[in-house]
Amino acid sequence: MTYTAETLAQLETDAADIVGRYPVKRSALLPLLHLVQSVDGYVSPDGIAFCAKTVDLTSAEVSAVATFYTQYKRRPNGEYQVGVCTTALCAVMGGDEIWRQVSEKCGVGHDETTGDGKITLERIECNAACDYAPVMMVNWEFFDNMTPDRALRVVDDILEGRDVKPTRGSHKVGTFKETERVLAGFEDGRANEDQGLGDPTLAGLKIAREQGWEEKR
Amino acid sequence: MTDLTPVLTATWDAEESWKLSTYESHGGYGALKKALGMEPGDIIQMVKDSGLRGRGGAGFPTGMKWGFLPPDDGGPRYLVVNADESEPGTCKDIPTMLSAPQILIEGVAITSFAIGCNHAFIYLRGEVTHVYRRLLQAVREAYEAGHLGKNIHGSGFDLDVTVHAGAGAYICGEETALLDSLEGRRGQPRLKPPFPAVAGLYARPTVVNNVESVSSVPAIVDRGVEWFTAMGTERSKGMGIFSLSGHVTRPGQYEAPLGITLRELIDMAGGMRDGKKLKFWTPGGSSTPIFTDEHLDTPLDYESVGAAGSMLGTRALQIFDETTCVVRVVTRWTEFYKHESCGKCTPCREGTFWLTQILKRVEGGRGTEADIQQLLDTCESILGRAFCALGDGATSSISSSVKLFREEYERHVTEGCCPFDHAASALFDYETKAIEEAHA
Amino acid sequence: MTATPEKAAAVDTVSLTIDGKEVSVAKGTLIIRAAEQVGIDIPRFCDHPALKPAGACRQCLVDVASPGPDGNLRAFPKPQPSCAMTVSEGMVVNTQHTSEAADKAQKGVMELLLINHPLDCPVCDKGGECPLQNQALSNGRPESRFIDVKRVFEKPLALSSEILLDRERCILCQRCTRFSKEIAGDAFIDLQNRGAMQQIGTFNEEVLDFDGYEPIGVAAEDESGKAFSSYYSGNTVQICPVGALTSAAYRFRSRPFDLISSPGIAEHDSSGAAIRVDHRRGKILRRLADQDMVVNEDWVTDKDRFAFAWQNLSDRITRPLVRGEDGELHEASWPDALAAAAAGLKAATEGDTAQGAAVLPGGRVTLEDAYAYGKFARVALGTNDVDARTRVASDEEQAFLGATVAGTGMGVTFGDLEKAPAVLLAGFEAEDEGGVVFLRLRKSLGRQQVFTIAPFATRGSEKLNATLIPTAPGGEGKAFAAIKASTDAAEALKAEGSVIVVGERLAGSPGAFTQALALAKRTGARLAWIPRRAGERGALEAGALPDLLPGGRDVASASARQTVAEAWGVASLPETPGRDAAAIIADAAAGKVGALVVGGVTPSDLTGPMGEALARTPFVVSLEVRRGEVAEHADVVLPVAPPSEKAGTFVNWEGRLRGFATAIKTDAMGDHRVLDLLARELGVDLKTGTVADANEQLAALGAPAKGERPAAPKVDAAKVDAKPGASVVLASWHQLVDEGALQDGEPYLAGTGRTAVARLSAKTAEAAGATEGVVTVASAHGSLELPVVVTEGMADGVVWVPTKSPGAWVAQELGVEPGALVTVKGGVA
Repeated sequence: MTYTAETLAQLETDAADIVGRYPVKRSALLPLLHLVQSVDGYVSPDGIAFCAKTVDLTSAEVSAVATFYTQYKRRPNGEYQVGVCTTALCAVMGGDEIWRQVSEKCGVGHDETTGDGKITLERIECNAACDYAPVMMVNWEFFDNMTPDRALRVVDDILEGRDVKPTRGSHKVGTFKETERVLAGFEDGRANEDQGLGDPTLAGLKIAREQGWEEKR
Repeated sequence: MTDLTPVLTATWDAEESWKLSTYESHGGYGALKKALGMEPGDIIQMVKDSGLRGRGGAGFPTGMKWGFLPPDDGGPRYLVVNADESEPGTCKDIPTMLSAPQILIEGVAITSFAIGCNHAFIYLRGEVTHVYRRLLQAVREAYEAGHLGKNIHGSGFDLDVTVHAGAGAYICGEETALLDSLEGRRGQPRLKPPFPAVAGLYARPTVVNNVESVSSVPAIVDRGVEWFTAMGTERSKGMGIFSLSGHVTRPGQYEAPLGITLRELIDMAGGMRDGKKLKFWTPGGSSTPIFTDEHLDTPLDYESVGAAGSMLGTRALQIFDETTCVVRVVTRWTEFYKHESCGKCTPCREGTFWLTQILKRVEGGRGTEADIQQLLDTCESILGRAFCALGDGATSSISSSVKLFREEYERHVTEGCCPFDHAASALFDYETKAIEEAHA
Repeated sequence: MTATPEKAAAVDTVSLTIDGKEVSVAKGTLIIRAAEQVGIDIPRFCDHPALKPAGACRQCLVDVASPGPDGNLRAFPKPQPSCAMTVSEGMVVNTQHTSEAADKAQKGVMELLLINHPLDCPVCDKGGECPLQNQALSNGRPESRFIDVKRVFEKPLALSSEILLDRERCILCQRCTRFSKEIAGDAFIDLQNRGAMQQIGTFNEEVLDFDGYEPIGVAAEDESGKAFSSYYSGNTVQICPVGALTSAAYRFRSRPFDLISSPGIAEHDSSGAAIRVDHRRGKILRRLADQDMVVNEDWVTDKDRFAFAWQNLSDRITRPLVRGEDGELHEASWPDALAAAAAGLKAATEGDTAQGAAVLPGGRVTLEDAYAYGKFARVALGTNDVDARTRVASDEEQAFLGATVAGTGMGVTFGDLEKAPAVLLAGFEAEDEGGVVFLRLRKSLGRQQVFTIAPFATRGSEKLNATLIPTAPGGEGKAFAAIKASTDAAEALKAEGSVIVVGERLAGSPGAFTQALALAKRTGARLAWIPRRAGERGALEAGALPDLLPGGRDVASASARQTVAEAWGVASLPETPGRDAAAIIADAAAGKVGALVVGGVTPSDLTGPMGEALARTPFVVSLEVRRGEVAEHADVVLPVAPPSEKAGTFVNWEGRLRGFATAIKTDAMGDHRVLDLLARELGVDLKTGTVADANEQLAALGAPAKGERPAAPKVDAAKVDAKPGASVVLASWHQLVDEGALQDGEPYLAGTGRTAVARLSAKTAEAAGATEGVVTVASAHGSLELPVVVTEGMADGVVWVPTKSPGAWVAQELGVEPGALVTVKGGVA
């Protein structure tokens, strides 16, 4: 392994925390792979070896898992993972065109990273925000009701080094590595950040309030 | 006119709705305290009597699922919440957990108490960072308030809750694939039997329930069976979140009694966008056969939708208007299934591979008349022969759309191109340029 | 004798109907198995009777109806996988033969399986014996409806030096990965990627497109240095239902319909695994596992499967050789060679100054060969100086074998091992030295407690979840003695059916066999001796040990000698106790032996001065398949047949007779026949000209009478003072795949062997200054330099090295047996 002693020590501490959440060690594998991505920016061969050692598996068993799930990256990921939903509904509502323009702007295709290492572009599948279609995700934070212009602005901001702000959720998109640390189950103290809920989330509730409909007790 | 019935969504517009304090100020955790004073068996009976059916798509009676657990043998038993919301069109659990995670945690606590579980898991899809933050905080807050942990509210009942993030795989919404994934494996479905109730997580008795199902439990315990059964239809009781997306004026979440119709919902959503005509829609996500305007008045309950040839599924109502090319939409869904097929069984793995190639040719105007029949034949080779429901789901939109819109497929063949202007169905104006393609 | 009550409760049976045929099968039977029982074949790919059901390929879908609570038949709405569904009472199954729905479902699956399958049957090794091809031809569509682009992969992918994968042929049935995980415990291959791109593989950065480091693949290696280093990997090729997995050794060598298949018994270990030898024009092309449910079930080791090239290498001897006056070996006729051999032996054994002859048959002999060697020594040469144990051996061992093993027939069996609630292993590494014994033990993983008296927990032990009783070689006797009441092992071994397995290596540990017997008595556990080499048990039964006549009869017993002499039609047998192999070699090296008759002995396997012995012995007769080191010193070389070219019997460790017929008919003769001819030249009729002759005599001798056996040994257990320091105790055994002579000529197999390392405990390594890098292990004789592996839980004061792996020929380089003191020092000396 090529980890420094310091990195390895931190990895081992974090891994012990993760393993401790489960009655059976192997369950820690998915969060451990997220943890590896939070350190290496992708699932590195070292990370595979580290996971294998931590949960007593062969490297083939670990890569079997790492290559099954799309969030695990096999090459160093950009600082920002930009995903444009092109599953049917988002695609039809404009996702295809957003993808075309964003891809053209970045000069890269699916699962490719810009030369400056800022953005890894990805066509993503339905991300459970269909009422906000077309949807884009940056490091798995919501960018709702996208248009090509809005999407390009987000991309511009990233490429120019400016912070980007989701439309729902946190105040600022963290880096890919920071995000992966959250996905490994480590709180980052940002749960209370909020952008307010969008209209679609409250659409029904708003009508109910207007109509005075309440649950009947 | 059916009234909307905000129960699960009732606190979403409150200030800092995701916080425990907010939830408690709206009466949250009252149900847990009540439940802890009850016999676990009585809670199970209560949920059985309520008629609550699984809100994750299959609609299996929740109380009955709990009742399948074998008698306590002293070993651990588990509750696993399926929060892997990934079915195209489905977008109800994510806002629930983002806006009101405590309703889920309270549901987890009550359910765990009822089934004798001391360690529950919430399996959240990995692609929703902020939702995970909120759930981690919600669990921590619940521990701090004594709603979780040791000897909860002096009852002697212990419960640990672990929130687990997946990593991008639709198939993990299938409950046995989810369990394998939670065990740190590839998310591929297991053979049944044994069913999870007998040998689930770590081969121990396990209940797997959807977020919305579990979140419905506190209200049932709190308000009672009659309150719940007063809503809904004969065999589809209670309320549920209906998610409208697509070409309606105000897409979004509408919590209503089961049995409401799409006509009513579209009406509440401000009608179709720009007054266009409804062309087709899914009643319960992309795995359910599509409907047309003929079904606007079909009560959206399990029985009626089933009788009309589709499935209520997750109540993910994806609405497409007349500008939409059905072949394009179906092609995209099929590409989704191909991308998400786990690869375990032949019909789904090879079938979706084949279907995608045919559909891409047909959509691109390079298809033949024989291709349309081949689509149906290949669907037949998958439907009912795949290992799990993913394969079946992949065929739904194809078979139903060919049945309803065969002439549109034929036009792609005869005209040698897609007869629709794709830009017309987008929410913004643009000039159609490139050949569009999804995943390789 | 008291009548034992019927122990086994009647098996619950279930009656059902399959294609209109009534069938009753045991409860829990899978539909596909039930169908087999009534001769109904349901096509299948992922199903394999020895593996857990997968239900993945969907080829075996059938229509099923079963009675509901009301007793009325209810049809399942979908066809069901018959490989995964168990039968139930009153079930009605309709297969493709009687159900249109099932037939249609199967045809649909077949079509889907073929859309991405290449049409390369004419060049595929599996062509002609391929379940997919057969099924496609009998049930597939005449023409494919698939007109789009097939999935393609770079090919072939080497999973190891031996196992190759053509991914485009793979139908992802997972038989190989399930075998590797469930049976062998070697999860070095697994499913990779997802969906349509799912494939079998190791963690290969290049294949899976991981951004890796140089050199590619390093991260995928296990400690052995190999990516798929399983001793059982060849089984995956055999159970692959398509041509996706092939072996480098056989790839493109042959067509199955050109091959002649002959049953055989593997010659590589004492398990006696059933094999199928496929040959063409007198040459073996491949070997496969033959199913034998009481011995090897469906599996063989890679050594049994792939190591057969040795017998057809360029140094094969086909004609007798006699050393001429020029000092060189020259081909000679059989009569001339036999006459020369007889003359030399006569000179060594007749006359007052004769130093006598001794016989070293080697440990790979068949029962009949061993019998001939033993009888030849005693009758033709008049000596008890015959010993097949060209390995570490002792008098204690001989007494143990004579008293408790020889002539006892079948003892502990494979089935008994599988059923044993507890097993204690000592001087025996199941995976390295027992081959399929390991698989039987692993089959009981989770139901069986395994303890191992060994210097460290090997990977094999770990896969058995064995409890290590850390012991330095030589300390096994004390270790046995320490298993007393209240220890876990003692408690476990008291359970009925428990087994203590002792390996041949215990001969190097004074008191070990004595204490093993005592422990067996204390706990009631049964004892099984599992030697490493195929000929060991046969040699023991046949009397090819110095103090043991056939059946374990003690040479020192006058009545035993009398019995055998009568049977052999001679006046008497030599009384003088024989020398064991080590003593024969030592004396020969000292110039004290007049002649040696040497069978399959490889001098580099021996710590004794074999080269010197051969050089200084006036007359040497060699019976060999290949012209090796012995031949170079021999005066007469008599060619003998390798196992595939002769008939005979291996007696496996169970005591089971594993007879085999001649697979390939050649002029080559078995050792027993050559010895018979040689004896005739000496004026003796051995009556071992045929296998039947030898067996008749052995049968006639039967089991020894009371008092004819030696007494059980009583040797004090040695005390071993193993502690970290400059001098430590040497531990060593053979890896299953190593540089043993019978693995010569098979580079692909050799490539899957484990890398040679020297193992030390952390403390020992620290004391030796050898915590990383290379360590030098040295004796007075020589030294080895090997990469050091600090091994957790290992006994202190011990260094372990493999016996004959690349760069670690212990006998030749160190010249000492395990248990001896050697020095260890970090770095290269």
